[in-house]
Amino acid sequence: MLTVIGLAHRLRIPIAVAVALLAGASLIALSGVNPFEAYTTLFRGAFLDWYGLGGTLVKTSPLLLAGLAVVIPLRAGLLNIGGEGQIYMGGLGASVAALYLPGLPTLLHIVLCVLAGALAGGLWGLIPAYLKAYRGINEVITAILLNFIAINLVSYLAGGPMMQAGAPYPYSNEISEALWLPLILSGTDAHVGVIIGAVLALVAYYVLNHTTVGFALDTVGAGDAVARYAGIAVRRQLLGAMFVGSACAGLAGSFEVLGLKYRLYHLFSPGFGFDGILVAFLAALNPLLVPVSAFFLSGLKAGALTMQRATGLDGTVIDAIQGIVILFVATSLAFTFRREEWRRFLDKRKLHLAEPPVARAKAEESAR
Amino acid sequence: MPALKLRQIVKSFDGFRALDGVDLAVQAGTVHAIIGENGAGKTTLMNILYGLYQPDEGMIEFQEKPVTIPSPRGASDLGIGMIHQHFMLVDTLTVVENIVLGLRGQGMSLNLREHEKRIAEMSARFGFNIDPRAEIWRLPMGMRQRVEILKVLYREADLIILDEPTSILTPLEIEGFLENVKSLRDAGKTILFITHKLDEVFAASDRISVMRRGKVLNTTDAKDTDARRIACAMVGHDRILTVERMPHRAGKPVLVGRGLHARDNRGLEALRGVSVSVREGEIHGIIGVDGNGQAELAEVLTGMRSATGGLVEIDGRDITADDPETRRRSSRLAFVPEDRHTTGLVLEYPLWKNAILRDFGTARFSRAGVVDRRRAVEATSEWISAYDVRTQSPYQKARFLSGGNQQKLIFAREIESEPRVLIVMQPCKGLDVGAIEAVHRTILEQRERGGAILYISTELDHVLAVCDRISVMCGGVVTGTLEAHEATAETIGVLMGGTMSKASAC
Amino acid sequence: MNMFSDLQALTDFLSTGLRLSIPLVFAALGGTLSERAGVFNVALEGCLLAGAFGAALGSFVFISPYAGLLTGIGMALLVGGLLAILAVRLGVNQLVAGLALNILVLGLTSYLSRLLLTGDGRRIVEGFAPYPVPFLADIPLLGPLLFKQDVMTYLMYATVALSWWMLWKTPWGLVLRAVGENPRAVDTAGMAVDRARIIAVLAGCAVAGLGGCYLVLSQVFLFTEHMSAGKGFLALAAVILGRWNPLGALAACLLFGLCDALQLRLQFGQPDVPYQLFSIVPFVASFLALVLFSGKVKPPASIGIRYERGGK
Repeated sequence: MLTVIGLAHRLRIPIAVAVALLAGASLIALSGVNPFEAYTTLFRGAFLDWYGLGGTLVKTSPLLLAGLAVVIPLRAGLLNIGGEGQIYMGGLGASVAALYLPGLPTLLHIVLCVLAGALAGGLWGLIPAYLKAYRGINEVITAILLNFIAINLVSYLAGGPMMQAGAPYPYSNEISEALWLPLILSGTDAHVGVIIGAVLALVAYYVLNHTTVGFALDTVGAGDAVARYAGIAVRRQLLGAMFVGSACAGLAGSFEVLGLKYRLYHLFSPGFGFDGILVAFLAALNPLLVPVSAFFLSGLKAGALTMQRATGLDGTVIDAIQGIVILFVATSLAFTFRREEWRRFLDKRKLHLAEPPVARAKAEESAR
Repeated sequence: MPALKLRQIVKSFDGFRALDGVDLAVQAGTVHAIIGENGAGKTTLMNILYGLYQPDEGMIEFQEKPVTIPSPRGASDLGIGMIHQHFMLVDTLTVVENIVLGLRGQGMSLNLREHEKRIAEMSARFGFNIDPRAEIWRLPMGMRQRVEILKVLYREADLIILDEPTSILTPLEIEGFLENVKSLRDAGKTILFITHKLDEVFAASDRISVMRRGKVLNTTDAKDTDARRIACAMVGHDRILTVERMPHRAGKPVLVGRGLHARDNRGLEALRGVSVSVREGEIHGIIGVDGNGQAELAEVLTGMRSATGGLVEIDGRDITADDPETRRRSSRLAFVPEDRHTTGLVLEYPLWKNAILRDFGTARFSRAGVVDRRRAVEATSEWISAYDVRTQSPYQKARFLSGGNQQKLIFAREIESEPRVLIVMQPCKGLDVGAIEAVHRTILEQRERGGAILYISTELDHVLAVCDRISVMCGGVVTGTLEAHEATAETIGVLMGGTMSKASAC
Repeated sequence: MNMFSDLQALTDFLSTGLRLSIPLVFAALGGTLSERAGVFNVALEGCLLAGAFGAALGSFVFISPYAGLLTGIGMALLVGGLLAILAVRLGVNQLVAGLALNILVLGLTSYLSRLLLTGDGRRIVEGFAPYPVPFLADIPLLGPLLFKQDVMTYLMYATVALSWWMLWKTPWGLVLRAVGENPRAVDTAGMAVDRARIIAVLAGCAVAGLGGCYLVLSQVFLFTEHMSAGKGFLALAAVILGRWNPLGALAACLLFGLCDALQLRLQFGQPDVPYQLFSIVPFVASFLALVLFSGKVKPPASIGIRYERGGK
């Protein structure tokens, strides 16, 4: 019995996703489309088709990095909801470095562009972290406001000072082709960003689970009092975790500009930063699973278009299904620490069923 | 007439019989004390009477009618009021708001004015002297307790349960409180008074019941018995808390605090010039009512709180500016904090992680920034057997250890860091007798090794049992320091009340 | 700048500010109610959007703005119900639950509006017309500003007054405030903590939903995807700035509304500058206000923490 419950508990996220997809099927049926057919088209389009796979990988890159941007600070107890703003600042940083730093050796210039994006995102994320650590201001609200500021700032710059002369809508000049990120699947837009992201996820996994840095972060996340008692500089860890996390989001912005768009567009991220929260929870906050959950989600997104074309079903249904997925996953995660209770519950019942009262009393006596 | 009668009440938690067939009769219009050690089942019994728990078996009769008490509201409707050990007041609300909170039959409007008037009258009648409009957080503890009493009186309770009512009061406030209890009885109320302090029982109660291991042993009139008989009944045939002590051979001072000042979390001055010195091979006790600066003193000495004035020295070296980590490494200062659950341990961590909680960055447990898990687990296993921590494995989560075993693990971690100075804060809180003995034995062994130990506690018996010198704190100052042989409950009691001029605030 | 040169222009400006602040006021009131009870309501954005969607749907189907209002409240209550179940009953992290609901509502309303509100979801619906209050509307400046509005605006005044009265002058409000500070005290006083919190969350979400109704029934008369556009998050800032007090929230939202009106003026005044520069203004204003004025005020002590009675 316990094994069954234990297994269900281990697999609670896949189960939640499956249930959510079932619930989503009823939404699809609402449009008069066969849900099975819709899902088949969607997944075939997303994962089993060369060009579809390319499209999925293109979206995996920012989702993966945005997921890391949530996972890393959350280990120290900070919910980074500012990923979207950090992506925009990252894209801005990379574009500025790409467009306005002339005459550098190409390789150095690429590295500089990428790092400029990471730095810009990281610094943007430091603002709410600083306000939280030193002023006690709720990091969620400040980060949300900073998202809007960053998005509008990029729109302004792309439509104003950085706008290409005569462009029909806000975007900057094109970045020199020498600075474009290498592609990984010929004939598609999939670029090297997704590989770098996956490597970073591995590194994050190792650092968080095996090093003293990870130990310190987890302890900070466990509570302020115990962290100070353990001799950890709490504020420094908070700022560090948030900087690294936000830098990942900033990197996502760099890659969008350098690997895909080759310009700074206004509104270039369709909410990847927010999706990062979904990615993180879907991965149960485990960096190793972040690439997997990012791949799955971007498949949903990329497949939506194929599905819309093939079945006439509106693609926004995928947004709704995503919402259901995160709802179910968040709910399933609430059951994290109930397992031992189950064990005790079952043990008690077993004891009561199997033994006469006198023996039970004795067992309890000796248990004490 | 019995106001309350209990028959064979049984309550178990996870197989542990917290109440094992309790029989009790309380006469109306009396003060009835229930006395027993921590863990005897007193609080469980009270929670059943107040409807927070349901008994597994047994019967409750209230005013000669069998009743079930489904909830606190049900208790209140019957006329049972409870004053909890930790006050159940909302700090940001006023006295009157706290009193009318949840009052029945209020309709749509609060009518605070009306209530204010009636509460002021009631307060005057019992000589409580309370301003109904004052916000709770501005009131001293003694006043807050009166608010709690008014709360139950306002609900016209006939039976008032007081759960360890004096644990956060100063001796002066306790005196006033005992007077209040008597005046309540004279007003016709029945009072059930739960405590583990003998002197209070004799000061205020008419009848006394002793509880031990989930049973009420015997009930007698207070005038027919004495403190020694009650004490023996409380501990039963167990040994009364004594640990073998070698004579005291103190050396030179190791840890010295000079004129320490510090603020508490609310920014109020909590330490007002505290000086203390702990010598080699000595256990120096700090006793006082909770909240008189002891917590802040421990934090300032360990570096977890910064001093606003004064110096901390170890072996004559000024370490005031050092952070907690430096104090642990370079000055070999170890610390057992008061709160095991939020400070001493990470409950969700396995034991091995808790074992290296304060040393994970040292060469012993990590190399080049990578935690050496194998070594940590090995060390933990060693400590588990050396300190008799009862657990399944080093991979068990700390959450699933009993309080005593959690404390043993913390002591293992601190002692194994080979400290010169060990500061322990309320190390026996919530532990059973066996675990208390283990803790005290560990502390005494540390003294034999020449360690300097600062033992901070609110339990006078414990301090008298293990300490070589005892300082008393009150109102953020040390009101006196005594050698163990000149310390008695009386001499210390006087100092705890703050006889020195400065300490009148407490 | 001559934009306030005459009374009419000033009235227009202030009136724009008021109109822009009304959805915020509703949302911030909703946030205040649930946060006072100790539940972070990050789902305000979702409540606004659900309210707007419901309002459009109801008004579209029944061709009556009042039906729209009821449907809008109903939709917001659905969000509230989910938030209550997740955050209060199941103990899901309140922030995570709220954010998840926002994502869910955004996706669902986008899809369902395309499905149900025929055309491309941009169907014009029946809304409220201005209804001047007799006599009061004739007061100079204030009359046209405050009393020549529609039913929703008057509803907003009433909601502010009502929630203030409820919080400070009724036994129920006392329980609600106590439950956000020290739920254990409420429990031992014999009241159900979770029930109080659930009711507060439901009430809060319903009120926030009114803000969405206002967007549809009084401002644009149609539903557009993500039409809440971050107003729920601005309202969260207003809750803090308003110190968890309905009157404070009103003041903070009016301030944001005026900032918004100002930036609109600036947009029209400076057509050469990309408008996004001015769109930032309300966000920067609320961010700065937060940084400058918060920190001194303490939130309800038990906010974000699930209440469990605990073992022995």
